[in-house]
Amino acid sequence: MALSLACCIFIPAVAWFEISKLPVLIFAVISIIIVLYTTFHKKSREKFKVREIAGLKAVENAIGRATEMALPILYTPGWGGDIQRPTTIASLNILSHVAEKTAQYNCDLIFPTHDPVIMSVAQEVVRESYARAGFVDRFKEDDIRYVTSSQFGYAAAVEGLITRLKPASIFLLGTFEAESLILAETGNIAGSIQIAGTDSTIQLSFFIVACDYTLIGEELFAASGYLSGDKSILASIRAQDILKIIIIILIIAAVIWVSFDPAADWWVF
Amino acid sequence: MARKIPKIVCALFGVTLFVLFFSQHPSAKSLNLAILNEYFQIIFAFTLLVGVVSFVKINLKGVERGEDRPYRIVSILGVFVVPLLALIWGIKGDSPFMWVFENIQVPMQATVFALLAFFVASASFRGFRARSVQATILLVAALIMLISRSSIGDVIADEIPQVADWVRSYPSMSARRAILIGIGLGSLTTSLRVIIGIERTWLGGDK
Repeated sequence: MALSLACCIFIPAVAWFEISKLPVLIFAVISIIIVLYTTFHKKSREKFKVREIAGLKAVENAIGRATEMALPILYTPGWGGDIQRPTTIASLNILSHVAEKTAQYNCDLIFPTHDPVIMSVAQEVVRESYARAGFVDRFKEDDIRYVTSSQFGYAAAVEGLITRLKPASIFLLGTFEAESLILAETGNIAGSIQIAGTDSTIQLSFFIVACDYTLIGEELFAASGYLSGDKSILASIRAQDILKIIIIILIIAAVIWVSFDPAADWWVF
Repeated sequence: MARKIPKIVCALFGVTLFVLFFSQHPSAKSLNLAILNEYFQIIFAFTLLVGVVSFVKINLKGVERGEDRPYRIVSILGVFVVPLLALIWGIKGDSPFMWVFENIQVPMQATVFALLAFFVASASFRGFRARSVQATILLVAALIMLISRSSIGDVIADEIPQVADWVRSYPSMSARRAILIGIGLGSLTTSLRVIIGIERTWLGGDK
């Protein structure tokens, strides 16, 4: 901190604002205004239709299947992300909902992770979900476990869990890398119902092939509002749609512009 | 209060990091680095201890119950012996730690990675069955791509690599970018929900 203050005093020649990032700032501010407006404006919060997401609709069935078969549910957020990543936060939101249901149905929920920070947060999320469901005594801290930080060590550990426990349902929701197909195929061989979702476009193709349901891109982020029905969260999904329309208009404008002026690149930032 | 303090800290750091992103001033850069690297490493070190304790506890319980005893003993030994080797002999090229890393850990990781080849084959076999129009289009695109990337692609016809490049650059890339735009917007709204405190699941929920 002392170094930072010294820099402030002795290096005044360097600009505080990086002018090349101005377009990013403008788009970020517009986005923030739209999200805040839709979230807090009364009319925006009125009920609106969110299209059906098959992967999220199947969550209840997957938990029901595990209960009927008396087998556990395995939930993992993948090796690629840490707690700073929005995808991990989105995954923990779904975990909260899943944990509440497993508490009600008295079904085991195993959560292996590669990151001890995620483990600590997930333990808290699951404990609270069990408390919300009124079954805090059913919470088993050891089921939310750290396995290893090594990528293929993690893959081998989760693969081993799937092979030994034969979970009825597997949730692969978060940031995945090369381990995605190893886990999804092992789950497929074990005969589990698999619900997957990731922000990695490369791994999405593997999940689509190997899993029963796949949450594609933004569906993973919409899950929290979709499952909880929280009006504020649902309203922010509306903001995503508005921003998408703005982006589509900008793309069309750029296509028309470049047709008349091939050298133009004002949209590149 | 237990919920309010983390929410305030989260909002404060969220807004600070957002502001710092737009500055190139050395003090802003050093503060950014301190938050993202140093603060996070300190938090990580503490939670790693919790993680390792949990790992050892679970495996000791497993050993007591007699579940997969040999594997669990090896896991526990690994947790204690490898750091000890590093502490006593260091981590230089010819140290025992490096021997364990190069002759045990690396081959084991390579073995698990190699499994991917078989899993890609089995997943492709299932995925490329022409059961519908969409699946047939996928199958044709995959075949073109496979042939173009093998040595016989050019031999069969000069157009095959060109068609493959077109598939990759236009239909595939546009679909990928559409998904990426959705992910970007989803990340933005999720982050904002956390910063302004309407998304509280990471704190354990509403109560």
